[in-house]
Amino acid sequence: MSTSIAVGYRPSRTLPIVAEIRRQASRRRTQLALGFMVLLPLIILAAFEFGGGSGDDDGNGGGAFSSLVDLATSGGLNFALFCLAVSAGFLLVVVFALFAGDTVASEASWGSLRYLLAIPVPRARLLAVKLIVALGYSFVALFLLAGTGLLVGTLRYGWHPLGSTIAAQIPPGQGVLRLLGILAYLAVILLVVAGLAFLLSVLTDAALGAVGGAVLLWILSSILDQITALGSIRNALPTHYSDAWMGLLSTPVQTEDLAKGAISALVYATVFWGLAFFRFTRKDVTS
Amino acid sequence: MSRFPRVTRRRAVTAAVVLVLLAAATVWAVLPERAAWTAQDLRITVRSGPGGDEPVELDARFLLPRDRSGKVPAVLLAHGFGGTKASVSSDAESLAERGYAVLTWTARGFGKSTGEIHLDSPDYEVKDAQRLLDWLAARPEVQTDATGDPRVGVVGGSYGGALALLLAGQDQRVDAIVPSITWNDLSHAFLPQSASTDATGVFKKGWAGVFFGGSAGGDNPACGRFAADVCATYLSMATTGVPDATSLALLRRSSPATVLDKIKAPTLLIQGAVDTLFPLSEADANAKGIAAAGTPVKVAWFTGGHDGGAGPGNDQDRVKFLTVQWLDHYLQGKGSTPSGDFTFSRVAGFSALDRDLVTNGYSTKAYPGLTGTGAADLALTGSAQPIANPPNGNPAAISALPGLGSRLSSLLSGNVATDVPGQHATFDTAPLTGAIEVAGSPTVRLRAASPTGEAVLFVKLYDLDQNGSPTLSAGLVAPVRLTGLPKDIAAAQPVTVTLPAIVRQLEPGHTLQVVVATSDQGFLTPVAPTTYTVAIDGQLTLPTLVGTAIASPATLWWYALGALIVALLLGLTLLLLVRRARSRRRVTSVTAEYADTPLVVLGLRKAYDDGFVAVEEIGFTVERGQVVGLLGPNGAGKTTTLRVLMGLTKPTAGEIYVFGHRLVPGAQILSRVGALVEGPGFLPHLTGAQNLRAYWEATGRPWADARFEEALEIAGLGTSVHRRTKNYSHGMRQRLAIAQAMLGLPELLVLDEPTDGLDPPQIAEMRRVLQRYATDGRAVLVSSHLLAEVEQTCTHAVVVNKGRIVASGPVDDIVGESPSVAIEVTDVPAATEILSGLGVRSVTPDGASGLIVDMNGTPRAELVASLVRAGVGVDRVVPRRRLEDAFLALVGDNSRGSGDR
Repeated sequence: MSTSIAVGYRPSRTLPIVAEIRRQASRRRTQLALGFMVLLPLIILAAFEFGGGSGDDDGNGGGAFSSLVDLATSGGLNFALFCLAVSAGFLLVVVFALFAGDTVASEASWGSLRYLLAIPVPRARLLAVKLIVALGYSFVALFLLAGTGLLVGTLRYGWHPLGSTIAAQIPPGQGVLRLLGILAYLAVILLVVAGLAFLLSVLTDAALGAVGGAVLLWILSSILDQITALGSIRNALPTHYSDAWMGLLSTPVQTEDLAKGAISALVYATVFWGLAFFRFTRKDVTS
Repeated sequence: MSRFPRVTRRRAVTAAVVLVLLAAATVWAVLPERAAWTAQDLRITVRSGPGGDEPVELDARFLLPRDRSGKVPAVLLAHGFGGTKASVSSDAESLAERGYAVLTWTARGFGKSTGEIHLDSPDYEVKDAQRLLDWLAARPEVQTDATGDPRVGVVGGSYGGALALLLAGQDQRVDAIVPSITWNDLSHAFLPQSASTDATGVFKKGWAGVFFGGSAGGDNPACGRFAADVCATYLSMATTGVPDATSLALLRRSSPATVLDKIKAPTLLIQGAVDTLFPLSEADANAKGIAAAGTPVKVAWFTGGHDGGAGPGNDQDRVKFLTVQWLDHYLQGKGSTPSGDFTFSRVAGFSALDRDLVTNGYSTKAYPGLTGTGAADLALTGSAQPIANPPNGNPAAISALPGLGSRLSSLLSGNVATDVPGQHATFDTAPLTGAIEVAGSPTVRLRAASPTGEAVLFVKLYDLDQNGSPTLSAGLVAPVRLTGLPKDIAAAQPVTVTLPAIVRQLEPGHTLQVVVATSDQGFLTPVAPTTYTVAIDGQLTLPTLVGTAIASPATLWWYALGALIVALLLGLTLLLLVRRARSRRRVTSVTAEYADTPLVVLGLRKAYDDGFVAVEEIGFTVERGQVVGLLGPNGAGKTTTLRVLMGLTKPTAGEIYVFGHRLVPGAQILSRVGALVEGPGFLPHLTGAQNLRAYWEATGRPWADARFEEALEIAGLGTSVHRRTKNYSHGMRQRLAIAQAMLGLPELLVLDEPTDGLDPPQIAEMRRVLQRYATDGRAVLVSSHLLAEVEQTCTHAVVVNKGRIVASGPVDDIVGESPSVAIEVTDVPAATEILSGLGVRSVTPDGASGLIVDMNGTPRAELVASLVRAGVGVDRVVPRRRLEDAFLALVGDNSRGSGDR
């Protein structure tokens, strides 16, 4: 009886990713969030259908999205792009924060975290699996949104080039590539939110605090980014390059800000995740 | 108990560091940047004019680098038409930062300088500048080549650029010049003629008006601050459209074309491709003229100019770099000789980010002029077409909007350009089969017939995309004045028309359209209505130029991103390798002494960061087959002990061994321990059965090892096991949690308050389960604050209070007869006296009528008999047990316990 571990136990096999996916999949908030990603394009479509043609009475000329709104009904690609554009600023931020911020904190608040640690799931492994699955769900949500938008947009408005009021039309084949590029960039830039929410999730037992805190800090950063008086400090804000995906709508593509944004996002996310792992592998779990 | 966080050293240090960082950031942000230069505003009186005796007072500003060693070379920085010394202040400052003494001044006739505008006349503006060279030579800070000869470069745009060229031609003391967007010959610039004839050009009234109207003030309302001769020239040309000899002479005098052969200062010519005032051909003529004299010349084009402005950021950066490189080499001797390569930029597209143009930079080894390095010939189709010249030039076609400083994008995307129906003829090419990179002046052969024998025509080249929407590149048109024309087009001789130089990539599928129009808003056309007939002979010749793309900073950022990703991956791999090596070392250490003992706790102590000590010192052992009860009041430190035992909390001191393995958070030996600590923890949205399954899945162990059915039987939940746990009662959750702890039948079972929430029959059942469980070499550790529970369930007990062991041993030993009894008597003082006389060890009052007596061997019967004999009534005699003693002793001290532990 002097075997050091229980039969069949291997630290590297604890909390398999599939098990964690299943743990999260059965949750109402996961189902709701993913469901809403499918629903949103349908709501937007319905709004365009029933909203009538005279949408200019609010005089929103020159707004950031005005050209995108005009073009949203010009084809499936443009519709998907519109869905992304209206979600990128806030909805996707909340979704990423939700998946990443809720994952550890909710286990802590249910009291199941200590049982996972007592199995024992190595703490770093627990975090890694939770992070991978949370990111996986976030990416799935992102792709669901764009995919549904592309599907219903194409069914309703047809398969047309990706249009833009200021740049040349982009043929559909290349348009899909551009759309994928935008998705990839959004996925990368939102890693900052995921990183921040994940860190807060480790620091607090209140899931709401982690999700809300991450969204709040993101909004704060966006506000600071609007203040031009801050000068070059703004370049260091995590939200500074959050709109750089628009460079992919240009012809030729403007990728300098994409690279800068990706660098900024990776650095921030690494720092946040590093802190989360550092803290969690050392802290006393008291919940 | 303070409501505020305790101030510990760690917190204080952290707070201090954060504060210092914040303060530093604030100071850094708030402090104004200390300029690297000093500036001095002055008024310099110079004498110029043909005789050199007319004084004029110039409003000047002299900048010096703050940190300079010895004398520094100087730069004379001239502003554009209508500007003042303030319009070039940022350029002046950046040049001063780079180590130059910079003298800027407001040219005569502008701003606060006195005098009249003579249009860069050699007798006035240029002489002013020569006197400024004298002034610079006299300054002690300025480096000189000889007495009265300063080391000086002249930099300027437009009006200032022509001054630089004229000054260098007139004064050999100038050592280098960088003229930009300026003219070669004013008579060509304002009276352009694109056809190969000698006829006078077409007056560029739009731009001329912008300039002439730009000078307010002075005594004469018609002339503003213009000198009388300049004013008269403008008035006569604007009226007739044809200059007289005096006017031509004046324009010629103000043109660098006259002095190019005398320029010995190395010249960097920068010209804009979006410039309908001084197009690329002006710089080309300057470059050829200066190079012919053997002087080093370098040319650069950018996407901007009088119409396009300073251009996109990467163009501005390139121009600044070239300027500084030129001055550094020819004034300071720094850097190798700038190569003769030619750089230009081309519109690549639109940026959706800032809604403006994007350009790419290109370079070629040598300046190719306006004819490119190759040519593409495209056939034009279209028959001879009659077009009408509108009376008084109205309505007129629009090509550019002079002086509006409109955005590049609108100029280049063709939003502005329009033609009037009936007033223009079109000649199209077939759609292009491949891309053509045009850089230079396209040419066509034009034939025209006119009933008057004369015609003013405007030839332009449109780029039509697949949808047919036209773009007039940079709004440039080729004005043509033809004379001696026949009345019949068949008799007309072709003339070659050289269109303004453009830089553009023509996309495959696009069509090129040559338009010949009779009117243009920017030019003065014949007043009388006429109908011409025009035809284009044959083909359109496009000069082509393929440059090497200049690497954009985007590429560097992508490399940086790649490097970052590689670094992150490497770091992660390294971290994982280190962790793996470490965890492997940890597993192997087994203390043989305890290898077969389920649990050994040695000198455990836990103090929290805030100073609260939850466990002072606890040590006990759980052997195989034992059911050990950890007994203590709430807050005795039981739960903290179990938390440490489960690896959730790190102990401050002491060690725990489970089967000889030292227990640390996440130690693998925990896989042989099942636990219920601090109440159940389940996923509320799953059923009981799903929760157990999810838990077992998380262990990663084979399903068969779970003994799922046995565990479910212990839980005894019946069909409720298929309900969601959030609807469970407290007791049901408790039973499910015990079942979860028993999954896989771990060799050590640790249960924290297992009977919490259970009803009496369930508690009884639980006792049997636990006792059965401890067979087969397994062991159970139960914590409880209930004496009875421990007494009935456990084989051994450990009593803790305030973080310390009070008693421990087999329950039978502890529960055995105690040497003390509790009695209730009618007369407490009397009883106390009697009992003290019996030789007992102690008598302690317990409530109003109770006494606790430590018998010290005295039989209970004798005690009762003595009391009764003495007349003291005895209501009750209760023998006490050790466990109760221990328990009461500690509860008696402080019935409130010692806080939540």
